[in-house]
Parts: sequence; structure tokens; C-alpha cells
Amino acid sequence: MIRNLDMAPSLPALVIGLAVLASFAAQMRARAASGGDLRNLASLPGPHGANAFLSVLVPAIASYAALSLVRLIGDRQGVELLSAHSVPVAVLVVAALGCGGAISVSTARFRARAAFEWWIKSLLIAAAAVAVLTTLGIVLSMLFEAVQFFQQYHWRDFFLSSKWSPNFRGNSALGILPLLWGTLYISFIALLLAVPVGLFAAIYLSEYAGRRMRNVAKPLIEILAGIPTIVYGLFALTTIGPVLRDYFAQPLGLGDSASSVMTAGLVMGIMLIPFVSSLSDDAINAVPQAMRDGSYALGATRSETIRQVVIPAALPGIMGAALLAASRAIGETMIVVLGAGAAARLSLNPLEAMTTITVKIVSQLTGDTDFASPETLVAFALGLTLFVFTLGLNVLALMIVRKYRERYE
Amino acid sequence: MKDIDVIERSRAGARQKISARNVQVRYGHTAAIKNVSVDIAADTVTAFIGPSGCGKSTFLRCLNRMNDTIDTCRVTGEIRIDDEDIHDPKVDPVQLRAKVGMVFQKPNPFAKSIYDNVAYGPKIHGLARTKAELGDIVKVALEKAALWDEVKDRLDSPGTGLSGGQQQRLCIARAIATAPQVLLMDEPCSALDPIATAQIEELIHDLRRNYCVVIVTHSMQQAARISQKTAFFHLGSLVEYGDTDQVFTAPRDSRTESYITGRIG
Repeated sequence: MIRNLDMAPSLPALVIGLAVLASFAAQMRARAASGGDLRNLASLPGPHGANAFLSVLVPAIASYAALSLVRLIGDRQGVELLSAHSVPVAVLVVAALGCGGAISVSTARFRARAAFEWWIKSLLIAAAAVAVLTTLGIVLSMLFEAVQFFQQYHWRDFFLSSKWSPNFRGNSALGILPLLWGTLYISFIALLLAVPVGLFAAIYLSEYAGRRMRNVAKPLIEILAGIPTIVYGLFALTTIGPVLRDYFAQPLGLGDSASSVMTAGLVMGIMLIPFVSSLSDDAINAVPQAMRDGSYALGATRSETIRQVVIPAALPGIMGAALLAASRAIGETMIVVLGAGAAARLSLNPLEAMTTITVKIVSQLTGDTDFASPETLVAFALGLTLFVFTLGLNVLALMIVRKYRERYE
Repeated sequence: MKDIDVIERSRAGARQKISARNVQVRYGHTAAIKNVSVDIAADTVTAFIGPSGCGKSTFLRCLNRMNDTIDTCRVTGEIRIDDEDIHDPKVDPVQLRAKVGMVFQKPNPFAKSIYDNVAYGPKIHGLARTKAELGDIVKVALEKAALWDEVKDRLDSPGTGLSGGQQQRLCIARAIATAPQVLLMDEPCSALDPIATAQIEELIHDLRRNYCVVIVTHSMQQAARISQKTAFFHLGSLVEYGDTDQVFTAPRDSRTESYITGRIG
């Protein structure tokens, strides 16, 4: 068994092999116990095999994850709690125990179907736990680095200073305000375009368009939602930016840069239109037809019905759509890099180049980085701020959407 | 005008409000209503009865042109209300529906406050000049619908938060608030419990004094209790139409007899 150490890279193959072996053995034992008549069994051989398979696989994976976590924690503390070699051995022992246990319980009276159900439930819980724990892990890892940053850089200078000029030789000014301003300004312009246009498109599609029109237009709008944001960025760089510069910024004397808040905001707005329209469409369609009939029966016209009955009833859903769009706008990076530039600036002029939090996170972490300097660590503080911001928006949106879902029960 | 009224009353017992001639309704290629002709009197409750799918609701929806909102639906024939052809190009269906109110099978209050639910119709038709007038219209409508006492302290709470019976009375108040002359009711009690049903029936009884009420119902007891005239529909045709007492005690058509004694339906 010592030789297993050399086979550590093929640990997955070994565990799966054991699981398959256990599965076949358990089925054969059950078949033998039936004495030729399967009706003598509490469960058919199939569930016996499935139960044995999962009895090996799941504990093995779980123990691997648990032991790796122990090692990780040990490494962070600078002590070796477990040697790298002991992990595969321990996992194999767990797998072998599962294998032996599953085969030995496969008797005629064993209710393997119920046992299998238990494994399935455990797997589903594990899947849900992965999502939750990952979120926790992301927050914690950002939190640790951000705490390091704030130990080197005063929080007041970070949150309240309007100067952003990182200098890798030290003595940087790392105020978040210009970045936050750029983020909010660009998002605001994006929403100013996306919410009305998206909402009107949704109203047209759900209330006015015929079936044939809807069948053509809806997929087209949804294609727009599938375009990668870097492609939108190219559109901003090559088309919208130069047009805005040549026809608005220069003639109006508002600057001569192709990258501007307006460029990024407009293109981001275009990106968000299908998002808003699709979610608003769902909300509008969820308004019962009976409510529209009630309005028509009172002698209301179509636009009166839409304005005064349908939209108010769908409003929570529409607001949820707008807030989700806002949190996407705040987190957007690629369009900003190509559309608004990288200059941190506090200005009201929408035709000037500005930048956002996400862009600066990228630029602080690319190139030669030293993970101990505030110039690098600031990225985590920025990320955490952004995370808290969008989390708040998402929670708000979810609360609104949930409230509206309960409404027509 | 008054003379004609008197003559008509003496001739037909009551003034005719609605007169339908050879009405046909088709959904795509299927005929839902075949050649229905009927005269409906003012200040009367007229009940439409018949088995499911017999076309009684479809016919009811012809009277305020609600079928216009369904793309595949085609209505032919002539329907006159107060001697005016409702299919005349000069008639605006939107205006017609202000005059011919409707209450639906399932209560369908708007996602608005109780007050706004009732005020909606008067507002879009400009029936009130001042806020106080609008408040009066809402109050009177809720009183007529026997709901005022239950909701007067919470006019700002959402209409969707009321119980089923209250919601249906709110919908009746909403319909009354636009001052219609005809009130169409499409199985208004089918989603309600017996107590709420009794309240609505009592209400219909009172409404008869001011409105021409046409009600579709599946309950023959209900038709017998509340209506003066009954029309029996079967397979898209009007089989029998007469005084309620006569239809239920001495039906002329064998199909009517089969239906009211429970053999078809």
C-alpha cells in the first residue's frame, strides 16, 4: 500500500475505480441474497449499486476538501498541520471504508432506495453550500487584503480624498472619490438611456406588437444581450467615441478626447437595453389579462390602460430590472477602458475622459506588482467597496422583485 | 320623448334598452354564436343561463364590444342600445364601454388603492370637476355596492388586499362609478362563497331600480332568485327567452326543460 504514495496524481482514478468496484460488488451481493427471486429484496440491486457508488465517492471528495482546507489554514498560520503526502492516503482510507461498509450492508433487508435518497439530498446540499461558501470566501479574501491596505493607508484619505495619483515609488495619493464619481456618472448616463428605451421596447413588444413582430423582435433584442462587452467596447472606441468628439465635443468646445463619460455611458446603455427590456417584458406579461380587461370595460383606451393600470402593477418588477441593470453598469469594465479612458478626474463635463473603480482595479494589479505595497493592495479596498455597493443594489432589487411576486397569488 | 317611453312601457311592459338582431360570433372558423335575436328591457335583471360553452358569455361580451379586444373574433349582426347601432363607425367602443359597464367572473381589482380603483373610471371620463366631487362619486359608488361601511376607514389600502367578496363588490362599485346605464355581469359570484354570493345577489336586486342588469350565471337557483327575464342558450343558439317564472315553471322548449331539470349541462 506504500506504493500508493507514488500514485498520488492518479488519486481520482483510484477513488472512481473503488466506487465502481463497490457498486458491482453490492449489486452482486444483493442479487445473491435474493435467492433468485428479486421480490425477496427490500430494494432492487440497482439502488444497492448506486448507494455503494456514492458511499465511496462522496465521503472521499468531502474528506479531500476538508483536509485541503486544514492544510490551507495551516499554511496561513505558518505551521504544517498535515503533510501533502498524508492527504491522498487519508482519502483512500475513507474511500476504502465506504467501499467495505456499503458492500457489507447490501443484504436482502437493506432499504438501499432510502439510503440512495439520503446521498442525493446530501449532494444537493453540498452544491448549494458551494455557492454560499464561495461568496463567503470571496468576501473574506478581499477583506483580508483590504485590512492590510488600511493598515498602511489611512481610511480617511482613501474614502474622502479627491486625488488619485498612484506612484509605485511610494507617496501615492489614493482617493476613491474621482473613481466613484466616474463610476456613478457613467452608470447614470447608461441608465438614463437604457431604462426608458428598454421599458418602451418592452411595452411595445408586450402590448402593441403582433405575434409575428414579437417572434422576430424578441430574439433580435436578446442577441444584443449575448454580445460580449469587449465588442461593445470596440464599438465605443471606433464609432461612438470619434462621432461624439467630431460632432459634439469639438464644435461645442467641450474638449477633444474621443474617450469620454458620454461615450462609455451611451454604449453601456445600449448594452443594458436588452437586459432592461427583457426583465420589464416579464414583469408586464405577469400582469393578469383580467386587470387589462377590467380597465377596457370601464372605457379606458389602450394607452390609459398601460399607463394607469399595467405599469403601476408591473412597477416593482420594472424597478427591480432597473436596479439589476444599475449593478451591472457599476461593475462593467471593458466598455469603460475602451470608451472612457483611464484618467481619474472629477469633472461635470460629460465629454471629458474619466475612469471607474473597475478600470483602476485592473490597472493596479497588472504589470509588476508587489502584493505588500498600498499601491497594489488598494485594488482590494476598491473591490470591496464595489462589492458592498453592488450587493446593496442587488439585495434591494431582489426585495422589490420578491414583493411583486407575492402580489398576484 | 316621455310619450314614447309611456307607449313602449305599456306595450312591452318595460322600456327596451338593448335590441339584438341576428348576432353571429365567430372565433376564427368556429361559430360561437348563431343568429341570436333578443330584446332586453331597462330596469330589469335579465339572466343568461345554459351549459358551459353555450356562448352566453360571448354574447354578453358583444354588448359592450369587449370581443373587439380579441384578435380572431368576428361579430356580425345588429345590436342597438337605446336605438343606436353599437357597431356604427361613429360609435367609439371606448365611449360605449363607459355606458355599458361590466363585472367579470373573477374579481379583478387594479393594483391601486381602494379609492383609486373606484376613481379610475370617473377620472378618465372627466366626470368630476373637483376633488371633492370625485370623492362624492367614489363614496356613492361604494355605498351602492354595499362596501362603504367596510372600507371607509381604509380607502388608501390596496384593493387587492380585500377578501374575494369585497373585491367583487369593489369591482361593482368601480363599474357603477362611471354612471353606466347597462351593467353586464359575467358569473359574478362563481368565485365567491355563499355569504358573499348572498350579498352580491341582494346588491343586484337593488341595482335593478337604476340599471339594466344582464347577468350570466351557472346557478339556476340564482337566475330564479334575482332575474325577471331568463334566456336559455344552448350550443350557440338562443333556445328560449321569457319571463323567469315561465321559463322555470313551464318551459316551452324540451331542451330548456332538460337543462333546468339537470339532464343536460
